[in-house]
Amino acid sequence: MDWRRLGFIGLIILILIGVVILVGGSRVPPLVIVVSMLATTIAVATPLTLGALCGIYCERAGVVNIGIEGMMLASAFFGWFAAIYLNTILGVAPLPSLLAGVLVAILTGGLLGLLHAVLSVTYKVDQIIGGTVINILAIGISGFLNRQLFFEKGSIFGGQVPHAPGVLPRLRVPLLADLPVVGRIFEQQPIAVAAILLVLLTHFILFYTRWGLRTRAVGEHPRAADTVGINVSRMRYANVIIGGLIAGLGGAYFTLESVPSFEPLMTNGRGFIALAAMIFGNWSPFGAWAAALVFGAAQALQINLQFFREQIPPQWAFLQQAYVVGLVPYLLTMVILTGIIGRTTPPAADGVPYEK
Amino acid sequence: MRISELKKASERIKSVRPFFNAAIVPLLAVFTALVVGALIILLAGGDPLAAYRGLFQGAVGSARAWSETTVWATPYIFAGLAVALAFKGGLFNIGAEGQLALGAVMAALVGYKLPELLGMNVPAVVHLPLAVGAGMLAGALWGAIPGWLKARTGGHEVINTIMMNYIALNMTSYLLNGPMKDPNPLNVVARTPEIAQSARIPPIFPGYRFHWGFVLALLVAGAVWWLLQKTTLGFEIRTAGANPDAARYAGVNVSRIIVISMMLSGMLAGLAGAIEVTALNYRHELGFSVGYGFDAIAIALLGKTHPLGVVLASLLWGAMRNGATRMQFLTQIPVDVISVIQALILLFVAADAIVRWLYRIRVEEEKLVLTRGWGG
Repeated sequence: MDWRRLGFIGLIILILIGVVILVGGSRVPPLVIVVSMLATTIAVATPLTLGALCGIYCERAGVVNIGIEGMMLASAFFGWFAAIYLNTILGVAPLPSLLAGVLVAILTGGLLGLLHAVLSVTYKVDQIIGGTVINILAIGISGFLNRQLFFEKGSIFGGQVPHAPGVLPRLRVPLLADLPVVGRIFEQQPIAVAAILLVLLTHFILFYTRWGLRTRAVGEHPRAADTVGINVSRMRYANVIIGGLIAGLGGAYFTLESVPSFEPLMTNGRGFIALAAMIFGNWSPFGAWAAALVFGAAQALQINLQFFREQIPPQWAFLQQAYVVGLVPYLLTMVILTGIIGRTTPPAADGVPYEK
Repeated sequence: MRISELKKASERIKSVRPFFNAAIVPLLAVFTALVVGALIILLAGGDPLAAYRGLFQGAVGSARAWSETTVWATPYIFAGLAVALAFKGGLFNIGAEGQLALGAVMAALVGYKLPELLGMNVPAVVHLPLAVGAGMLAGALWGAIPGWLKARTGGHEVINTIMMNYIALNMTSYLLNGPMKDPNPLNVVARTPEIAQSARIPPIFPGYRFHWGFVLALLVAGAVWWLLQKTTLGFEIRTAGANPDAARYAGVNVSRIIVISMMLSGMLAGLAGAIEVTALNYRHELGFSVGYGFDAIAIALLGKTHPLGVVLASLLWGAMRNGATRMQFLTQIPVDVISVIQALILLFVAADAIVRWLYRIRVEEEKLVLTRGWGG
């Protein structure tokens, strides 16, 4: 992903913010709009960014992963379950419960990553199937346990959904976070911050370390990598598991940071949009992040347009329809990113099992 | 026993071996998945035997159960064929969900609106094909757009079909809550009015929901097989799917084949929606299609992208979904456990090495390449 394209994407996000200011500027000060748009953009982009990073680790090592959705859904459930179990049954304080929940979510993702690696590296199963298995499995297991553990009489919570220990507290930059209006920028939720740090870290790992070089080598030309003594299977295993761990953190976002509850199917296709972000971003961390931000900004536009419904000029009245605005993020993302990105190039050995 | 008798017996076993091999691994995969599923039910505090009894009764235990199983299987067959056909062409159509929804909406629109517009009854021979055709057309268009984008700009079909799923979902919600909403004052649901009699496929046996759509699905499966194996277009689709460079070198217009494959794929998904409306529900209601598109991917893969495999996988999927309702009714075990078992079936069928190792079956057969990742 070159800088010109990144700049272009930045410009588009600014334009989207501009549109909202144009519509709602008469009712709310522009600065407030900018800050709230940015906050929504970052929040929406967080699970997408993490999901896309998961995909990048897997696919740079040559393993296609369409199971990101399932990894996030299962992690969201088990992380949430762990936090509640610790908090209400074992009486652990809320914050440690939540942190343990995040850990459980991450490990759940890692475990599913391991499953994907076993299937696609050891058993050389078609990798699309491995991902599909994970997706269906996650829907089934989270839905089943959710109902069986919480809504059945005689289950551990006695048929009542217990109160969750809340969500992760925000991280505050001292002083700056106390500023009026813009202070909100310096007060972010921890997983959102972690996502941004992971983008930087992943970029560094992939392009500036030996590990990254080896990862890319097994994803581009495993035979050549094997010839120079890189253990292809081990690199693929490690990267797919790392990807799973990151998707697990993305899952934690849903139930431990965004809202303090679990709903069946609550990831609602975010894993697939993360997949799209990864492809749009040409399998690079910054590119995927930019794509996730575009989607986040488009979503923020949608939320704000609904909020400023009355301010929309009459000739644009169709934008007052909730469902018309609802398709805006997807249409915009599709048009913008297809228009400016066009052809993307996956790692050469992506999806191809390695036969020694 | 004499040696010659033993030899004869082993000859006989050898002659049935190919059929045995083809059937035994999937059967054992299903069996293993059920065993693992039973363990999960047991761990969560349920009674697996009672659950499976309910599942079996609900799926195939009576004439009505069989009828309902085919009702479930019908859209799975169409949508599974849609995904399988795209796979054959080297394309990954995640968009069957959206194509199916739009197919249903358009079939319903033509179904109830056409007599209103013309101000007269339309004969069924004209009306029904128009309604089904409108659904197929809508699906074909929704599939062709990502195909065209891929052929033209290189935009990835995975991304565009995902995005177009959501666009279709919002469009459908808008139409069913607004312009196309059933105006009946008692209606509070997002659904269309009932389609006219002339746009309906009549039931086969009164009292059973088993419908001609299932028969049509079997015929279409045969047609897809014929198209792929016996026609030039099918050959071009398979070649472009297996190796686009070789296809291009051999003079195949790969861009054109990409658009056609996606269009045909979308058309099959649209047909799934149109048949649900014209043969079963007689209207389109929001939320009826949730998840068909993703089940279709699993079914196409379980059926190894072969039309006959897709039909068998759809029947299995349909039987399980159908039986699950009865299972939950009888034993209070949540239907979701079926998804777990389905995932395990797919896993064990795909990773047949696990099943072979478990049951010590030694079979060598050639590997079939189903999908090609994101390439090209």
